[in-house]
Amino acid sequence: MSRTAGAHAAKTAAQILADTPSDQAVVRFDGVSMRYGRAPEVLRDVTFDLAPGSFHFLTGASGAGKSSLLSLIYLAQRPSRGLIDLFGRSVAGARRNELPFLRRRIGVMFQEMRLLEHLSAFDNVALPLRIAGRKPEGYRTDVAELLTWVGLGERMHAMPATLSGGERQRLAIARAVVARPDVLLADEPTGNVDQAMALRIMRLFVELNRLGTTVLIATHDEDLVARSGRPVLHLEQGRLAKAGPTPIEPPSAYAAEAPPPEETAP
Amino acid sequence: MTTPAFDTARWKPAALLPREDARDGALTFVVAVLCFIACLAGMTALSADRAAQGWRAQLTGSATVLVRPKGDETPDAAAARAAETLAGVRGVTQAAALEKAKAEALLEPWLGRDGLLDDLPVPRLVTLDLDPKAPPSADDLAKALKTAGIDATVDDHSLWMKDIARAGRMAGLAALGVAALVGAAAAAAIAFATRAGLAARRDIVEVLHLSGAEDRFIAGLFQARFARLAATAGLFGALGAVIIGAAVRALGGADGLTPALPVSWLDLLAPIPCPLIAAIVAALAARSAAMSLLRGMN
Repeated sequence: MSRTAGAHAAKTAAQILADTPSDQAVVRFDGVSMRYGRAPEVLRDVTFDLAPGSFHFLTGASGAGKSSLLSLIYLAQRPSRGLIDLFGRSVAGARRNELPFLRRRIGVMFQEMRLLEHLSAFDNVALPLRIAGRKPEGYRTDVAELLTWVGLGERMHAMPATLSGGERQRLAIARAVVARPDVLLADEPTGNVDQAMALRIMRLFVELNRLGTTVLIATHDEDLVARSGRPVLHLEQGRLAKAGPTPIEPPSAYAAEAPPPEETAP
Repeated sequence: MTTPAFDTARWKPAALLPREDARDGALTFVVAVLCFIACLAGMTALSADRAAQGWRAQLTGSATVLVRPKGDETPDAAAARAAETLAGVRGVTQAAALEKAKAEALLEPWLGRDGLLDDLPVPRLVTLDLDPKAPPSADDLAKALKTAGIDATVDDHSLWMKDIARAGRMAGLAALGVAALVGAAAAAAIAFATRAGLAARRDIVEVLHLSGAEDRFIAGLFQARFARLAATAGLFGALGAVIIGAAVRALGGADGLTPALPVSWLDLLAPIPCPLIAAIVAALAARSAAMSLLRGMN
């Protein structure tokens, strides 16, 4: 790479990693449609904005397009039509070598967790920081504190296969938030846990949101959504049925009072 | 039993790709065999070159003169006079007339022992040892003979020299061609293995990709992995070739299996760069394959 190109790339990365102006949406969809290959569109003409620091639920029946919409935000897919802006930057206009820097600003908790089974809990959580090029000395303590905060302080060395469902879920959450992303996406984060665990996880998201993270949670748990009082983006057969307004204060039921208790695999 | 406490201060990042893969053993074997063949081909190229150089040195350092007696002069006398004349030419270190018995012995394979009649005018030969650094030309020798009034034909082996040089060059090039072909086969095998490895580890690659890893970071993981594998395989292949070469040298002496391919102990050093070259080829092949596949992802 030439010196000019290198300087340009560094400048671009710095721009991408810079904070988004507070008055600008961190995620903006404008008439977005998406299809897989030649199949019918799974998303049709979707338009919405997510303001910085907002907290939204994404709801809809199974197959409504929730996971597809999230995959567009975390840049695993590209829209077949329409425009997507992330942090005030057009995704369509971004060069390939700029996309990783956009992805680093987005923490994702996948529905299927996607933990790296050959790495310990500690290594899984440290992964985004390693990828960002941080030195271990600079984040070892942070990772340990975060794991303790999500109740895995005694399971740092454990391999994911030895963790319970709830522990795996909290491990995935810790990995999603460790790099302090500007946007947190969670796909059915309470899908496979009991009510008490779902409540603990929601408290965690609320706490992160209080720290300034924009949160978007895809779920089919209508009860959870109703009790939260948060704005909702509802998908019906790939179309956005309604979009919520501005973020509101979290109800006391989800206020983070204490870290979740320890839970170990049987 | 309690689990030992996790020592955060002593934690070191683990390898992002699983260390072992079911295909690693088979791939290591294939690359080791290819490296072994490439090393043997390289050593063969050195042998062929040495053989050609040896033959050239032998021919450059000698010449043969065919002497035909004139008038009443006997063949032996003509040969002796030619030898005496040629011994004075600059660059000739020794000139010796071949005795009649030796000249007849040279013809024996064609005429047989009984075919040589006593009165058959067998031409006499004068063998010359020349200074290899400044050998006289055939014209210089012929001129000296003509001045002395001797009817003779000078053969300085220049005709054979060209053929031998060409044969040696061709043998060396052929061996190097085999080595290059085997290297390309090793690169193709590693590229294939990289693609298979990427496909098998797609889950890991996707997590890295979606976590913000740049293509070159992910490709670098596969590059380092296959470079290590190829270096190990190259070491085994080179060791195998050295053992075979040493056995040939020890059992066959300097001539090895055949005088056409003489073996030197120094030839056994030729495979030393093999692990490094294998690692470089593997790294390039793996990087190219990985980058190509990653570009297919969003």
